[in-house]
Amino acid sequence: MATGHPDDTSTLSEDDYVETEDGTRHRSAFVDRYPEAARIVRICLGISFAAFGVGALFGLIQALHRTNVLRVIPSSDYYTLLTGHGVLLALVFTTFGIAGLFQWASTRSLGIEPTSSKLTATWLGMMTVGTLLAAGTILAGLFDWIPASADVLFTFYAPLKAHPLFYVGAALLIVGSWFAGASYFLQYREWRSENPDARIPLQSFMVMTTMLMWYISTLGVAVEVVVFLIPWSLGLIQQVDPLLTRTLFWYFGHPVVYFWLLPAYVIWYTVLPKLSGGRLFSDPLARVVFVLFLILSTPVGFHHQYTDPGIASGYKFVAMTNTFFLLLPSLLTLFTVVASMEHGARQRGGSGYLGWLKALPWEKPAFAGIALSGIMFAAGGFSGMINAGMNINYLIHNTLWVPGHFHLTVGTAFALTLMAVSYWLVPQVTGKRLQLYGVASLQPYVWFVGMVLMSNAMHRAGLAGIPRRTAEPQYDQFSFQAVAGSVGEMRIQIAIGGTLLFIGAAMFLAVMLATWTMGKSNSQLRVNGYLPEPMSGATDSPRVLDNLKLWAAIAIVLVALAYGLPLFDMVADGVLSPGSVPVPA
Amino acid sequence: MHVHRFEKLWFGASLVLIVAFIGTIVYGAIGPGVAMVGDDGGTIDAATVADGDFGQTDNFRSPGVYESSDGDGVDVYIVARQYLFNPGTAQPIEVPRGEEVTFHVTSADVTHGFNLAGTNVNTMVIPGQVARFDVMFDETGEYGIVCHEYCGSGHHTMAGQLHVVPQSQFDTTAGGDN
Repeated sequence: MATGHPDDTSTLSEDDYVETEDGTRHRSAFVDRYPEAARIVRICLGISFAAFGVGALFGLIQALHRTNVLRVIPSSDYYTLLTGHGVLLALVFTTFGIAGLFQWASTRSLGIEPTSSKLTATWLGMMTVGTLLAAGTILAGLFDWIPASADVLFTFYAPLKAHPLFYVGAALLIVGSWFAGASYFLQYREWRSENPDARIPLQSFMVMTTMLMWYISTLGVAVEVVVFLIPWSLGLIQQVDPLLTRTLFWYFGHPVVYFWLLPAYVIWYTVLPKLSGGRLFSDPLARVVFVLFLILSTPVGFHHQYTDPGIASGYKFVAMTNTFFLLLPSLLTLFTVVASMEHGARQRGGSGYLGWLKALPWEKPAFAGIALSGIMFAAGGFSGMINAGMNINYLIHNTLWVPGHFHLTVGTAFALTLMAVSYWLVPQVTGKRLQLYGVASLQPYVWFVGMVLMSNAMHRAGLAGIPRRTAEPQYDQFSFQAVAGSVGEMRIQIAIGGTLLFIGAAMFLAVMLATWTMGKSNSQLRVNGYLPEPMSGATDSPRVLDNLKLWAAIAIVLVALAYGLPLFDMVADGVLSPGSVPVPA
Repeated sequence: MHVHRFEKLWFGASLVLIVAFIGTIVYGAIGPGVAMVGDDGGTIDAATVADGDFGQTDNFRSPGVYESSDGDGVDVYIVARQYLFNPGTAQPIEVPRGEEVTFHVTSADVTHGFNLAGTNVNTMVIPGQVARFDVMFDETGEYGIVCHEYCGSGHHTMAGQLHVVPQSQFDTTAGGDN
């Protein structure tokens, strides 16, 4: 029964059982049907969660350090940990987590195993080696006797210079993710050869549109790293143009946000309705939303450069317009996701204008985590609209407002969604029943409260002009004036919030570790992988939606329009000038 | 493709909201006149800035506060470097109230930030580029200048001050022509 209680084994779908020759019925979880894909998902999630643990610890140290509550490192090492926090969480945790989710989604929706084990080994190997190189050079910064460091932050702006292996590692991680994408496309091609006329299954469609967006947008950072930063850090070229490399970074730097967000949307569209007790409202609209993201995500990077000299304001205005239209798919998602949840709640007996909210399974960790991350993302979306507002942005650019914002988006919409869906997915890819269920049920709420405290204080501190990325937010020459509340109170909220977030991360990792090590294989899982059909199915949507070549071509044309002239302006005086010589971090 | 009536309504309302947002930005630019930092500051050789040989640059004077050549307002030339603003850190920048203040900010080494804390006077300082923007201060007062872009292990020590004084007390030589 599709609308049954998600965690109740008595309502498993018939699809979740197989009958053996002796007539007994057995569980048929994802790991039973697709052992190879399940293994890949387990490896990806394992690395992702390990990076998450280290990154979360760095986050805790920073929150306590910059609020002056507890100082265990010198302030100059703060930036090493900040680089580690950014790279491990925003690149490693996310990319491996997404690779795992997408391997599951692609395999499940197409119903076939990954086609090439060589390709799988290649991308897993590249991404792992890349991670080790990047993390190694960052951590080396903590030890004076190791002649390497990479205190250049997640954004690694030239002319601050890191050890060449840091850039090589970052490049390997990203290029490895390209090969991971290739394997999802190969899976699709094999499926297509056997299903020539069928519509692309929804999850596979979402995976492929996201990867196309990722290919287009990572070209910028790939060119930055491979053409400029690696030769420059090796001493092969003497100077680089800081504005040009910065622009190439932000060409990728905003789409990467959607690379984090869209996998969360995959879960919100395809898993959350089922966990709510219902089904997705509309499959065609979900496809429209992903196509809009593919088209609009990349030509918006200049909105991170509103305050950059050297870029004409007209180009910034074009990017601003694009950025605001990018609100459209998110607003549509808001409608569809809430409507699907409401539908689920009414199937469960909920009624009334808002009374249906009570009928949702708030005690179930997977549902609670995903729903709470959606609520926080709405708040993050509103502060994002301020960031996007070209002249309002001047008030908050590079202040604590910005990390306040993205801890709601990547730090909650993505991170909490991945944690929550893991409570549902990890049993299916390991074949082990979730352990420490009570801890798991509480964990999303701990994260939610921690994030409410930390992010609201960060947003308000930003309005007071307190900068982001600094070990010492206090200055000898002046003090900051709070618009509302006091600076001291904000500091306490950031410290408490950061501590709660670390506790939330530790609770999650404890559940995962316990499930992994203590859970028995082949146990009766509390969850099943059955996803009900949408109310309005794929057949209702125009066929042109499935024409991925067309959408990719339109996306490329829009990128050329938005970036062609500004990039030409920057390189018209020479590719490496007005240059700047390297400055070790 | 079947689109539910509520979906259509929501779609329409979303578009109206987006256009309204863009409208507020356009109004901010035209009405109150919030201009963007653009490319009109021109470029500069970062190595020349590091040497301090400003005679070789045609769009950047030696750091300091100057009366504008047209006699209306002042020009402030600031060089950011690890880990100070010149002028600003060693001595406060002094500018007159109620006159147009044109800032020209550039960097001698890495990318820095220049923000008057709590205001919308905010720009990136990128080596090779000159950030040029106009500000009118309506009230006298003191502002903290913060470097808001990570610029090295001493980044958190990089700050300065700007004082807005009545026109009668304004003296360019006190503003830090050094």
